[in-house]
Amino acid sequence: MKSVRMKGITKNFGNFRALDNVDLEVEKAGIVALLGENGAGKSTLMNILYGLFPADGGEIFINEQKVNIKSPAHSIAHGIGMVHQHFMLVGKLTVAQNIILGAEKTRMGFFNKKKLNTEIMEISEKYGLFIEPNKKIDEISVGMQQRIEILKVLYRGADILIFDEPTAVLTPQEITEFMAILRNLANAGKSIILITHKLKEIKQVAEICTVIRRGKYIGTVNVAETTEKQLAAMMVGREVILNVEKQPATPTETALEVKSLTAEDENGIQKLKNLSFTLSKGEIYGIAGVDGNGQKELVEAITSLRKVKSGSIKINNTEIQNTSPANVIKNKINTIHEDRHRRGLVLDFTVENNAILGKQSEFANRGVLQFDKINKYAGELIEAFDVRPRGCEKQPIKSLSGGNQQKFIIAREVFNDPDVLIAVQPTRGVDIGAIEFIHKALVAERDKGKAILLISLDLDEILALSDTIGVIYEGKIVEELKNTDVDENKLGLLMAGASHGD
Amino acid sequence: MVIRLLRKPVTGSLFAILAAIIVGGVILAAAGHNPIQVYGGLIYGALGRPRFIVNTVIMSTSLILTGLSVTFAYKTGLFNIGVEGQFIVGTVAAVFLGFFLNLPPIIHPIVVMLGAMLVSGTYGAIVGFLKAKFNIHEVLSSIMLNWVALNLLNLYIGVERFQRLPTVAHTIQDSANIIIAHEMKRTPEGIARLRESEFLTEVILRTDFNFGIFIAIAAVLIVKFVLDKTSLGYALKAVGSNRDAAEFAGINVKKHMVLSMFFAGSLAGLAAAVHITGISPNTISMLGGFQNFGFNGIPVALLANASVIPNIFSALLFGGMTYGSGYIQSRHGVATEIIDIMVGLIVFFVALRAVCVLIADKLEKRRSGST
Repeated sequence: MKSVRMKGITKNFGNFRALDNVDLEVEKAGIVALLGENGAGKSTLMNILYGLFPADGGEIFINEQKVNIKSPAHSIAHGIGMVHQHFMLVGKLTVAQNIILGAEKTRMGFFNKKKLNTEIMEISEKYGLFIEPNKKIDEISVGMQQRIEILKVLYRGADILIFDEPTAVLTPQEITEFMAILRNLANAGKSIILITHKLKEIKQVAEICTVIRRGKYIGTVNVAETTEKQLAAMMVGREVILNVEKQPATPTETALEVKSLTAEDENGIQKLKNLSFTLSKGEIYGIAGVDGNGQKELVEAITSLRKVKSGSIKINNTEIQNTSPANVIKNKINTIHEDRHRRGLVLDFTVENNAILGKQSEFANRGVLQFDKINKYAGELIEAFDVRPRGCEKQPIKSLSGGNQQKFIIAREVFNDPDVLIAVQPTRGVDIGAIEFIHKALVAERDKGKAILLISLDLDEILALSDTIGVIYEGKIVEELKNTDVDENKLGLLMAGASHGD
Repeated sequence: MVIRLLRKPVTGSLFAILAAIIVGGVILAAAGHNPIQVYGGLIYGALGRPRFIVNTVIMSTSLILTGLSVTFAYKTGLFNIGVEGQFIVGTVAAVFLGFFLNLPPIIHPIVVMLGAMLVSGTYGAIVGFLKAKFNIHEVLSSIMLNWVALNLLNLYIGVERFQRLPTVAHTIQDSANIIIAHEMKRTPEGIARLRESEFLTEVILRTDFNFGIFIAIAAVLIVKFVLDKTSLGYALKAVGSNRDAAEFAGINVKKHMVLSMFFAGSLAGLAAAVHITGISPNTISMLGGFQNFGFNGIPVALLANASVIPNIFSALLFGGMTYGSGYIQSRHGVATEIIDIMVGLIVFFVALRAVCVLIADKLEKRRSGST
């Protein structure tokens, strides 16, 4: 029996056809991966199934019954549950309170805490989702928070579970656990739709994979009979090189030297503790770690957005800590920030005006901007980094897709000709075609003799690009590895805080 | 077509004016007036005779500049509610420089204006500095400084060597005056010559027609140029639109915050100088409360959607309404407060401008749904 059958789904946003005749089928107790690049229409398709907006055409069957889903409440009633990429939990409430939030079973306005806990524990044991019901959300790990999101959905009686990019925030160990949870759920009769663009995970857990590209249905394949390379080609529409091709690094002199760095966050909590590392020209130094171990503070310290308590940051032997972002840039450090909307772009500006952000004086003659020169320069950035659509110089930057915005930012920073290029999550929220391009560009910069500091939560990215890997844990580089043959498992353990040597 | 029209900012402003006219009409009718007659009277009172038009323009001049001050600060991400205080210190500076300096005509008003701009600009910069250095919200410090300005003015007039009468400061010297044909209007022969022409009698002799409007329009054009065409304007707008990105790109956010408030303040100072040098009695008197010359710039900027050129039209509308209200009071017995209500309604409906965009979205959805 099919739990879900979506047939010929079509959706328009204005003149833009987001989905064009897309089919999706999920076998009862099956795991289906929904694969596609960013903007391919995966989320739109799932939002239609979840009742967030109506389809313009097509039919939906749940358990072989034709349904007309009008709202999320409606879809929940049909047994559909969605686990969002960004958790929606209340930090100050307990695990149990979060699970029942919005679906409280009360008697005359009161609820029986004991009965509630037993109920939750029953579900949690049934599916192997270990939790501590009385802990506050703030006190538990990201992996457990995700289990709570799953329990929330199960508690509401869902039989069909949609997971939106569920592993983006997890450590390798947590991902392994999560894959086991998915299998448990399927074994217990739940049907699962997994939205992802991580091919490895699809190979690990899914049986069937449906691929969409630019809103069009490309095909449905049996995962066991398909290689990662074939899946990638289906998703992108052409052959993709999954592994970055690069020569061994030839590091030369020291470019950036961070020594015994200590810094606090806004609440006075020490986030960097005696952190040290050295980055040479012609080398990519990757910082691997679970989110929240000081990566953010490290970037802010280097870029002088955050005061450091002690220690030093030297570029080409000049100390730059506790100065100003302008001074850091003057000393030839340029940064690709992870939050491109907040730190990278002025969204209200046009593409060409974003090209000169911070450099506006260089493009002015006696204070008057030279728009010809600006336009030409922006055109060069667009050309060099394949920013699409071509000729977008005068368009608002917000009309570009995330991947193209990112390529544009990287072009801008690379064109500054820095000695040190810091790339923080350079491919976050970017489609696989752009990822390939960005990775190649970073390696090319390295080969030109630049020093590149890569900070990423995506372990695959760290492994693919880095020449040296520094593992950050609780504000310290706990181990430094040459990326010749790194044991991914060992790396994962280090990231999770296991002391080196065991 | 309709959808695109609805999305234009000017549509929202026109919608606000129309809605205010309708609601204002209901209020007038409830008060026992004939709305059509009153609105007709308002239009006549503002534009019905050459003299009325001139007075509307005079009334609008300082509004253009204070509206421009608020707009400028807004472009750089700040709300300049301190425009009132900046205006007040500007009038003090203008009266001081206009009386105590001895300079030839033309030079004198220019010096008065530059002086008032410097003083008001500095006064505005204090707010920018407090925000940049101590992160004190500009609205908070501005409101305090408005009261400080009011009392500074009273303090100034209270000093014997600065006063002409116990509650009035000295009138500026004739050399600092920017009223058109000012010299002629002070001699019997000159008056006689003006009287020869009915038109000149109407627009020159019977009004304070001055060069202020040309100065205000020039200021608008200069601000437009600075914001759109210069690297300084670029940096100011970048700080205003996305402070974090500007900071990260190495733009000195704090410096530009102070600069922005300096420029905003200096525009209020220019408004004050034009007011003092262009409108008799060309001086200041002690104040019991705010006269709202500065505050009135806020609705002007709001209706103009905080864009530069539309400030002129927005100010002319409010100036015309204010001047025309005198006529409907004497002619139709309508209290001038109706104009304050209308201004309030326009601001209220400007805030609801988003409704137009919402309607556009709805229409678009329905249209795409039907295909």
